[in-house]
Amino acid sequence: MNRIDQLFSKKKDHILNVYCTAGFPALHDTRRVMKALQAHGADMIELGIPFSDPLADGPVIQQSSKQALDNGMTLKLLFEQLKDFRDEIHLPVLLMGYLNVVMQYGAEKFVQDCVQTGIDGVILPDLPADEYKTVYEPLFKKHGLHAVFLITPETSEERVRVIDAASSGFLYMVSSSSTTGRNKDISMQENYFKRIHQMQLKNPTLVGFGIRDHESFEQACKYTNGAIIGTAYIQALQSGDDVDMATKKFIERIIT
Amino acid sequence: MVARFQSVISEEIKKQLKEKTGNELPTHVMACVGGGSNAAGTFYHFLDDISVQLIAVEAAGEGISSGRSAATTVLGRPGVIHASRTLLMQTEDGQIVEPHSVSAGLDYPGIGPLHAHLFRSGRATYLNATDEEALEAAFELTRLEGIIPALESAHALAKLKDVPFTEKDVVVVCLSGRGDKDMETYIRYMQH
Repeated sequence: MNRIDQLFSKKKDHILNVYCTAGFPALHDTRRVMKALQAHGADMIELGIPFSDPLADGPVIQQSSKQALDNGMTLKLLFEQLKDFRDEIHLPVLLMGYLNVVMQYGAEKFVQDCVQTGIDGVILPDLPADEYKTVYEPLFKKHGLHAVFLITPETSEERVRVIDAASSGFLYMVSSSSTTGRNKDISMQENYFKRIHQMQLKNPTLVGFGIRDHESFEQACKYTNGAIIGTAYIQALQSGDDVDMATKKFIERIIT
Repeated sequence: MVARFQSVISEEIKKQLKEKTGNELPTHVMACVGGGSNAAGTFYHFLDDISVQLIAVEAAGEGISSGRSAATTVLGRPGVIHASRTLLMQTEDGQIVEPHSVSAGLDYPGIGPLHAHLFRSGRATYLNATDEEALEAAFELTRLEGIIPALESAHALAKLKDVPFTEKDVVVVCLSGRGDKDMETYIRYMQH
Protein backbone atom coordinates (compact mmCIF):
# COMPACT_ATOMS: atom_id res chain seq x y z
CA MET A 1 0.00 0.00 0.00
CA ASN A 2 1.26 3.45 -0.92
CA ARG A 3 2.52 5.32 2.17
CA ILE A 4 0.22 8.26 1.39
CA ASP A 5 -2.82 5.98 1.56
CA GLN A 6 -1.50 4.40 4.77
CA LEU A 7 -1.19 7.82 6.36
CA PHE A 8 -4.72 8.90 5.41
CA SER A 9 -6.17 5.61 6.62
CA LYS A 10 -4.55 6.12 10.04
CA LYS A 11 -4.86 9.87 10.46
CA LYS A 12 -7.92 11.80 9.30
CA ASP A 13 -7.17 15.36 10.37
CA HIS A 14 -4.41 17.87 11.06
CA ILE A 15 -2.04 16.22 8.62
CA LEU A 16 1.02 18.40 8.26
CA ASN A 17 2.76 18.20 4.90
CA VAL A 18 5.91 20.31 4.75
CA TYR A 19 7.51 21.49 1.52
CA CYS A 20 11.18 22.12 1.00
CA THR A 21 13.10 22.78 -2.19
CA ALA A 22 15.61 19.99 -2.84
CA GLY A 23 19.24 21.08 -2.75
CA PHE A 24 18.39 23.91 -0.35
CA PRO A 25 19.79 25.62 1.74
CA ALA A 26 22.96 23.71 0.83
CA LEU A 27 23.24 21.26 -2.05
CA HIS A 28 23.39 18.17 0.14
CA ASP A 29 20.88 19.30 2.80
CA THR A 30 18.03 17.37 1.13
CA ARG A 31 18.37 14.28 3.37
CA ARG A 32 19.15 16.36 6.48
CA VAL A 33 15.91 18.31 5.94
CA MET A 34 13.88 15.13 5.50
CA LYS A 35 15.33 13.58 8.66
CA ALA A 36 14.62 16.72 10.67
CA LEU A 37 11.02 16.89 9.41
CA GLN A 38 10.44 13.27 10.37
CA ALA A 39 12.11 13.62 13.77
CA HIS A 40 10.05 16.66 14.74
CA GLY A 41 6.58 15.56 13.76
CA ALA A 42 5.75 16.30 10.12
CA ASP A 43 3.37 13.75 8.60
CA MET A 44 4.41 14.05 5.00
CA ILE A 45 7.23 15.60 3.00
CA GLU A 46 7.04 17.41 -0.31
CA LEU A 47 10.37 17.90 -2.05
CA GLY A 48 10.54 20.62 -4.66
CA ILE A 49 12.47 19.98 -7.87
CA PRO A 50 14.07 23.36 -8.54
CA PHE A 51 13.05 25.06 -11.78
CA SER A 52 14.17 28.31 -13.39
CA ASP A 53 10.58 29.50 -13.98
CA PRO A 54 8.44 28.26 -11.07
CA LEU A 55 5.18 29.91 -12.05
CA ALA A 56 3.05 28.84 -9.08
CA ASP A 57 5.57 30.06 -6.53
CA GLY A 58 5.98 33.37 -4.77
CA PRO A 59 9.30 35.15 -4.14
CA VAL A 60 10.50 33.05 -1.19
CA ILE A 61 10.21 29.66 -2.92
CA GLN A 62 11.42 31.19 -6.21
CA GLN A 63 14.53 32.36 -4.41
CA SER A 64 15.08 28.94 -2.80
CA SER A 65 14.73 27.37 -6.22
CA LYS A 66 17.29 29.73 -7.69
CA GLN A 67 19.65 29.08 -4.78
CA ALA A 68 19.30 25.32 -5.26
CA LEU A 69 20.05 25.66 -8.98
CA ASP A 70 23.04 27.88 -8.18
CA ASN A 71 24.15 25.17 -5.72
CA GLY A 72 24.20 22.80 -8.70
CA MET A 73 20.94 20.94 -8.07
CA THR A 74 19.46 18.81 -10.87
CA LEU A 75 16.77 16.16 -10.99
CA LYS A 76 19.42 13.55 -11.69
CA LEU A 77 21.33 14.57 -8.58
CA LEU A 78 18.11 14.54 -6.54
CA PHE A 79 17.55 10.89 -7.39
CA GLU A 80 21.16 10.18 -6.39
CA GLN A 81 20.59 11.95 -3.07
CA LEU A 82 17.44 9.89 -2.57
CA LYS A 83 19.18 6.58 -3.09
CA ASP A 84 18.44 4.35 -0.05
CA PHE A 85 16.60 7.16 1.74
CA ARG A 86 13.95 4.60 2.73
CA ASP A 87 16.52 3.12 5.15
CA GLU A 88 15.92 6.13 7.38
CA ILE A 89 12.72 7.90 6.26
CA HIS A 90 9.34 6.20 6.64
CA LEU A 91 7.10 9.26 6.02
CA PRO A 92 5.28 9.54 2.69
CA VAL A 93 7.34 11.66 0.31
CA LEU A 94 6.13 13.51 -2.78
CA LEU A 95 8.08 15.28 -5.47
CA MET A 96 6.71 18.61 -6.59
CA GLY A 97 8.03 20.23 -9.75
CA TYR A 98 7.27 21.64 -13.14
CA LEU A 99 6.49 19.64 -16.23
CA ASN A 100 9.38 20.75 -18.43
CA VAL A 101 12.04 19.31 -16.13
CA VAL A 102 10.22 15.96 -16.02
CA MET A 103 9.65 16.01 -19.78
CA GLN A 104 13.35 16.60 -20.52
CA TYR A 105 14.34 13.88 -18.03
CA GLY A 106 11.92 11.52 -19.74
CA ALA A 107 8.55 10.65 -18.21
CA GLU A 108 9.19 6.92 -18.11
CA LYS A 109 12.62 7.23 -16.52
CA PHE A 110 11.23 9.76 -14.05
CA VAL A 111 8.49 7.41 -12.91
CA GLN A 112 10.92 4.49 -12.68
CA ASP A 113 13.39 6.50 -10.60
CA CYS A 114 10.57 7.68 -8.31
CA VAL A 115 9.50 4.12 -7.69
CA GLN A 116 13.03 2.79 -7.29
CA THR A 117 14.00 5.41 -4.72
CA GLY A 118 10.70 5.11 -2.81
CA ILE A 119 8.77 8.24 -3.77
CA ASP A 120 5.01 7.93 -3.17
CA GLY A 121 3.50 10.70 -5.25
CA VAL A 122 4.12 13.56 -7.65
CA ILE A 123 2.69 17.08 -7.93
CA LEU A 124 3.17 18.86 -11.27
CA PRO A 125 1.05 22.02 -11.15
CA ASP A 126 1.49 22.78 -14.84
CA LEU A 127 0.50 19.30 -16.01
CA PRO A 128 -3.17 19.52 -17.07
CA ALA A 129 -5.28 16.62 -15.82
CA ASP A 130 -6.36 15.82 -19.38
CA GLU A 131 -2.78 15.63 -20.63
CA TYR A 132 -1.96 13.44 -17.63
CA LYS A 133 -4.69 11.01 -18.59
CA THR A 134 -3.46 10.48 -22.13
CA VAL A 135 0.29 10.40 -21.56
CA TYR A 136 1.23 9.86 -17.93
CA GLU A 137 -1.54 7.98 -16.17
CA PRO A 138 -0.73 4.51 -17.52
CA LEU A 139 2.86 4.90 -16.28
CA PHE A 140 1.84 6.16 -12.86
CA LYS A 141 -0.83 3.49 -12.42
CA LYS A 142 1.50 0.70 -13.46
CA HIS A 143 3.95 1.65 -10.71
CA GLY A 144 1.45 2.64 -8.00
CA LEU A 145 2.72 6.21 -7.98
CA HIS A 146 0.16 8.85 -6.97
CA ALA A 147 -0.47 11.98 -9.04
CA VAL A 148 -1.85 14.86 -7.01
CA PHE A 149 -3.68 17.65 -8.82
CA LEU A 150 -4.65 21.12 -7.66
CA ILE A 151 -7.93 22.97 -7.47
CA THR A 152 -8.51 26.64 -6.63
CA PRO A 153 -11.54 28.58 -5.33
CA GLU A 154 -12.27 29.39 -9.00
CA THR A 155 -12.39 25.77 -10.18
CA SER A 156 -15.94 24.90 -11.26
CA GLU A 157 -17.75 22.04 -9.58
CA GLU A 158 -17.67 20.03 -12.79
CA ARG A 159 -13.93 20.54 -13.16
CA VAL A 160 -13.34 19.69 -9.48
CA ARG A 161 -14.99 16.32 -10.18
CA VAL A 162 -12.74 15.73 -13.21
CA ILE A 163 -9.61 16.66 -11.25
CA ASP A 164 -10.67 14.56 -8.27
CA ALA A 165 -11.13 11.59 -10.58
CA ALA A 166 -7.66 12.07 -12.08
CA SER A 167 -5.99 12.57 -8.68
CA SER A 168 -4.90 9.85 -6.35
CA GLY A 169 -3.44 10.08 -2.84
CA PHE A 170 -5.07 13.39 -2.05
CA LEU A 171 -6.42 16.54 -3.68
CA TYR A 172 -4.39 19.73 -3.31
CA MET A 173 -6.66 22.66 -2.49
CA VAL A 174 -4.99 25.95 -3.34
CA SER A 175 -6.31 28.33 -0.68
CA SER A 176 -6.68 31.39 -2.89
CA SER A 177 -5.94 32.45 -6.45
CA SER A 178 -2.36 33.57 -5.98
CA THR A 179 1.18 32.26 -5.84
CA THR A 180 2.67 30.56 -2.78
CA GLY A 181 3.58 32.56 0.30
CA ARG A 182 0.98 35.32 0.17
CA ASN A 183 -0.09 36.36 3.65
CA LYS A 184 -3.77 36.43 2.85
CA ASP A 185 -6.30 35.91 5.59
CA ILE A 186 -7.45 32.40 4.83
CA SER A 187 -10.45 32.58 7.19
CA MET A 188 -12.12 34.31 4.22
CA GLN A 189 -11.94 30.99 2.40
CA GLU A 190 -14.09 29.05 4.84
CA ASN A 191 -17.01 28.85 2.42
CA TYR A 192 -14.74 27.37 -0.24
CA PHE A 193 -13.32 24.78 2.16
CA LYS A 194 -16.85 23.92 3.27
CA ARG A 195 -18.16 23.70 -0.30
CA ILE A 196 -15.44 21.25 -1.33
CA HIS A 197 -15.96 19.27 1.88
CA GLN A 198 -19.66 18.91 1.07
CA MET A 199 -18.89 17.56 -2.39
CA GLN A 200 -17.79 14.27 -0.76
CA LEU A 201 -14.86 13.75 -3.11
CA LYS A 202 -13.08 10.42 -3.43
CA ASN A 203 -9.75 11.90 -2.31
CA PRO A 204 -8.77 13.36 1.04
CA THR A 205 -7.90 17.06 0.81
CA LEU A 206 -4.95 19.16 1.94
CA VAL A 207 -4.89 22.95 1.77
CA GLY A 208 -1.79 24.76 0.58
CA PHE A 209 -0.64 28.31 -0.33
CA GLY A 210 -0.72 30.87 2.47
CA ILE A 211 -0.64 28.46 5.44
CA ARG A 212 2.09 29.82 7.66
CA ASP A 213 1.34 29.56 11.38
CA HIS A 214 -0.73 27.79 14.00
CA GLU A 215 -3.81 29.90 13.34
CA SER A 216 -3.89 29.46 9.56
CA PHE A 217 -3.09 25.76 9.98
CA GLU A 218 -6.09 25.33 12.28
CA GLN A 219 -8.35 27.23 9.88
CA ALA A 220 -7.21 25.08 6.98
CA CYS A 221 -7.81 21.89 8.97
CA LYS A 222 -11.39 22.73 9.91
CA TYR A 223 -12.98 21.24 6.78
CA THR A 224 -10.06 19.33 5.30
CA ASN A 225 -7.61 16.62 6.29
CA GLY A 226 -4.68 18.94 6.78
CA ALA A 227 -2.39 21.46 5.19
CA ILE A 228 0.80 21.99 3.25
CA ILE A 229 3.34 24.60 4.32
CA GLY A 230 6.27 25.69 2.17
CA THR A 231 7.20 29.35 2.26
CA ALA A 232 7.12 29.63 6.08
CA TYR A 233 9.41 26.59 6.37
CA ILE A 234 11.87 27.94 3.79
CA GLN A 235 11.95 31.16 5.82
CA ALA A 236 12.54 29.14 9.01
CA LEU A 237 15.52 27.43 7.34
CA GLN A 238 16.94 30.87 6.58
CA SER A 239 16.63 32.00 10.20
CA GLY A 240 20.22 31.22 11.08
CA ASP A 241 19.54 28.07 13.13
CA ASP A 242 20.88 24.77 11.83
CA VAL A 243 18.44 22.60 9.86
CA ASP A 244 17.46 20.43 12.83
CA MET A 245 16.86 23.28 15.27
CA ALA A 246 15.06 25.42 12.68
CA THR A 247 12.77 22.49 11.83
CA LYS A 248 12.06 21.69 15.49
CA LYS A 249 11.07 25.29 16.29
CA PHE A 250 9.05 25.58 13.09
CA ILE A 251 6.93 22.49 13.66
CA GLU A 252 6.36 23.35 17.33
CA ARG A 253 5.10 26.74 16.23
CA ILE A 254 2.61 25.17 13.79
CA ILE A 255 1.15 22.30 15.78
CA THR A 256 1.07 23.65 19.31
CA MET B 1 -6.49 34.72 -28.05
CA VAL B 2 -3.38 36.83 -28.62
CA ALA B 3 -3.36 35.95 -32.33
CA ARG B 4 -7.05 36.79 -32.63
CA PHE B 5 -6.57 40.26 -31.13
CA GLN B 6 -3.37 40.92 -33.04
CA SER B 7 -5.01 39.81 -36.30
CA VAL B 8 -6.23 43.39 -36.85
CA ILE B 9 -2.72 43.95 -38.24
CA SER B 10 -3.19 41.65 -41.24
CA GLU B 11 -6.77 42.84 -41.65
CA GLU B 12 -5.44 46.36 -42.03
CA ILE B 13 -2.61 45.28 -44.33
CA LYS B 14 -5.19 43.75 -46.68
CA LYS B 15 -7.32 46.87 -46.62
CA GLN B 16 -4.42 49.27 -47.24
CA LEU B 17 -2.92 47.09 -49.97
CA LYS B 18 -6.23 46.85 -51.78
CA GLU B 19 -6.41 50.65 -51.86
CA LYS B 20 -2.80 51.03 -52.95
CA THR B 21 -2.36 48.19 -55.44
CA GLY B 22 -5.86 46.93 -56.17
CA ASN B 23 -4.90 43.53 -54.77
CA GLU B 24 -5.10 42.68 -51.11
CA LEU B 25 -2.41 40.00 -51.30
CA PRO B 26 1.29 40.90 -51.14
CA THR B 27 3.97 38.43 -52.21
CA HIS B 28 5.86 38.66 -48.90
CA VAL B 29 4.95 39.61 -45.33
CA MET B 30 7.71 40.10 -42.79
CA ALA B 31 7.62 40.62 -39.03
CA CYS B 32 9.91 40.30 -36.05
CA VAL B 33 9.38 37.49 -33.54
CA GLY B 34 10.10 37.34 -29.83
CA GLY B 35 7.19 35.52 -28.27
CA GLY B 36 5.57 36.20 -31.61
CA SER B 37 2.39 38.18 -30.96
CA ASN B 38 2.82 40.88 -33.61
CA ALA B 39 4.07 38.36 -36.18
CA ALA B 40 1.08 36.11 -35.41
CA GLY B 41 -1.21 39.06 -36.14
CA THR B 42 0.74 40.06 -39.24
CA PHE B 43 0.50 36.53 -40.68
CA TYR B 44 -2.99 35.69 -39.44
CA HIS B 45 -5.18 36.57 -42.45
CA PHE B 46 -2.55 35.31 -44.91
CA LEU B 47 -2.10 31.85 -43.40
CA ASP B 48 -4.40 30.24 -45.96
CA ASP B 49 -3.16 32.31 -48.90
CA ILE B 50 -0.20 30.13 -49.72
CA SER B 51 1.03 32.46 -52.46
CA VAL B 52 2.03 34.85 -49.66
CA GLN B 53 5.47 34.10 -48.24
CA LEU B 54 5.58 34.59 -44.49
CA ILE B 55 8.96 35.61 -43.12
CA ALA B 56 9.61 35.89 -39.40
CA VAL B 57 12.80 37.38 -38.02
CA GLU B 58 14.13 36.35 -34.62
CA ALA B 59 16.75 38.15 -32.57
CA ALA B 60 20.17 36.52 -32.89
CA GLY B 61 21.47 38.87 -30.18
CA GLU B 62 25.23 38.90 -30.25
CA GLY B 63 25.21 35.94 -32.65
CA ILE B 64 23.64 32.49 -32.76
CA SER B 65 26.56 30.72 -31.11
CA SER B 66 27.57 33.59 -28.81
CA GLY B 67 25.59 32.25 -25.85
CA ARG B 68 23.75 35.59 -25.87
CA SER B 69 20.87 35.12 -28.31
CA ALA B 70 17.10 34.78 -28.48
CA ALA B 71 16.77 32.80 -31.74
CA THR B 72 14.50 30.06 -30.46
CA THR B 73 13.87 28.22 -33.72
CA VAL B 74 17.62 27.69 -34.06
CA LEU B 75 18.57 27.12 -30.44
CA GLY B 76 15.40 25.68 -28.91
CA ARG B 77 13.88 22.24 -28.56
CA PRO B 78 10.38 21.17 -27.52
CA GLY B 79 9.45 21.96 -23.96
CA VAL B 80 6.71 23.41 -21.76
CA ILE B 81 6.71 27.00 -20.59
CA HIS B 82 3.89 29.26 -19.39
CA ALA B 83 1.42 26.43 -20.01
CA SER B 84 2.35 25.95 -23.67
CA ARG B 85 4.22 23.17 -25.36
CA THR B 86 6.50 24.85 -27.86
CA LEU B 87 10.11 25.40 -28.85
CA LEU B 88 12.14 26.57 -25.94
CA MET B 89 15.73 27.59 -25.21
CA GLN B 90 16.74 25.37 -22.33
CA THR B 91 19.56 23.45 -20.70
CA GLU B 92 19.84 19.68 -20.88
CA ASP B 93 17.99 19.51 -17.52
CA GLY B 94 15.09 21.57 -18.82
CA GLN B 95 16.01 24.81 -17.05
CA ILE B 96 15.05 27.82 -19.14
CA VAL B 97 18.02 29.68 -20.59
CA GLU B 98 18.17 33.44 -20.10
CA PRO B 99 17.84 34.90 -23.61
CA HIS B 100 19.51 38.04 -24.88
CA SER B 101 18.56 40.66 -27.41
CA VAL B 102 19.27 44.38 -27.61
CA SER B 103 15.50 44.80 -27.95
CA ALA B 104 13.49 44.07 -24.81
CA GLY B 105 10.51 42.83 -26.79
CA LEU B 106 12.38 39.96 -28.48
CA ASP B 107 14.15 38.90 -25.32
CA TYR B 108 12.07 35.74 -24.75
CA PRO B 109 13.32 32.14 -24.41
CA GLY B 110 10.46 30.57 -26.36
CA ILE B 111 8.09 31.32 -29.21
CA GLY B 112 4.31 31.07 -29.23
CA PRO B 113 3.12 27.57 -30.19
CA LEU B 114 1.57 28.96 -33.40
CA HIS B 115 5.07 29.90 -34.57
CA ALA B 116 6.55 26.57 -33.49
CA HIS B 117 3.94 25.02 -35.79
CA LEU B 118 4.54 27.41 -38.71
CA PHE B 119 8.27 26.75 -38.34
CA ARG B 120 7.93 22.97 -38.20
CA SER B 121 5.40 22.82 -41.02
CA GLY B 122 7.48 25.17 -43.16
CA ARG B 123 4.55 27.54 -43.79
CA ALA B 124 6.68 30.44 -42.56
CA THR B 125 10.41 31.01 -42.91
CA TYR B 126 12.39 31.96 -39.81
CA LEU B 127 15.43 34.15 -40.21
CA ASN B 128 17.40 35.96 -37.54
CA ALA B 129 19.17 39.29 -37.23
CA THR B 130 21.91 40.28 -34.79
CA ASP B 131 21.78 43.31 -32.49
CA GLU B 132 24.23 45.04 -34.82
CA GLU B 133 22.19 44.32 -37.97
CA ALA B 134 19.00 45.58 -36.29
CA LEU B 135 20.67 48.81 -35.19
CA GLU B 136 22.04 49.38 -38.69
CA ALA B 137 18.60 48.80 -40.20
CA ALA B 138 16.96 51.18 -37.73
CA PHE B 139 19.36 53.94 -38.75
CA GLU B 140 18.87 53.15 -42.42
CA LEU B 141 15.10 53.54 -42.22
CA THR B 142 15.52 56.72 -40.21
CA ARG B 143 17.79 58.23 -42.86
CA LEU B 144 15.78 57.04 -45.86
CA GLU B 145 12.23 57.63 -44.68
CA GLY B 146 12.46 59.74 -41.55
CA ILE B 147 10.76 56.96 -39.63
CA ILE B 148 12.44 55.84 -36.43
CA PRO B 149 11.39 52.22 -35.91
CA ALA B 150 11.35 50.26 -32.66
CA LEU B 151 14.39 48.04 -32.27
CA GLU B 152 12.14 44.98 -32.45
CA SER B 153 10.76 45.96 -35.86
CA ALA B 154 14.27 46.85 -37.00
CA HIS B 155 15.08 43.12 -36.89
CA ALA B 156 12.53 42.51 -39.64
CA LEU B 157 13.87 45.45 -41.68
CA ALA B 158 17.41 44.11 -41.27
CA LYS B 159 16.59 41.01 -43.29
CA LEU B 160 15.22 42.83 -46.33
CA LYS B 161 18.71 42.71 -47.76
CA ASP B 162 18.88 38.91 -47.40
CA VAL B 163 15.67 37.93 -49.16
CA PRO B 164 16.03 37.56 -52.95
CA PHE B 165 13.17 39.78 -54.11
CA THR B 166 12.28 40.54 -57.72
CA GLU B 167 11.02 43.87 -59.01
CA LYS B 168 7.43 42.70 -59.18
CA ASP B 169 7.29 41.62 -55.55
CA VAL B 170 5.00 43.42 -53.14
CA VAL B 171 6.63 43.29 -49.73
CA VAL B 172 5.04 44.29 -46.44
CA VAL B 173 7.16 44.71 -43.31
CA CYS B 174 5.27 45.16 -40.08
CA LEU B 175 6.62 48.16 -38.24
CA SER B 176 5.32 46.92 -34.93
CA GLY B 177 6.48 49.84 -32.81
CA ARG B 178 8.05 53.26 -32.66
CA GLY B 179 11.64 53.98 -31.82
CA ASP B 180 10.97 56.68 -29.23
CA LYS B 181 11.35 54.09 -26.51
CA ASP B 182 14.75 53.01 -27.89
CA MET B 183 16.33 56.48 -28.09
CA GLU B 184 18.83 55.73 -25.34
CA THR B 185 20.11 52.66 -27.18
CA TYR B 186 20.21 54.54 -30.50
CA ILE B 187 22.13 57.46 -29.02
CA ARG B 188 24.60 55.13 -27.35
CA TYR B 189 25.08 53.33 -30.70
CA MET B 190 25.66 56.61 -32.53
CA GLN B 191 28.32 57.61 -30.03
CA HIS B 192 30.38 54.45 -30.21
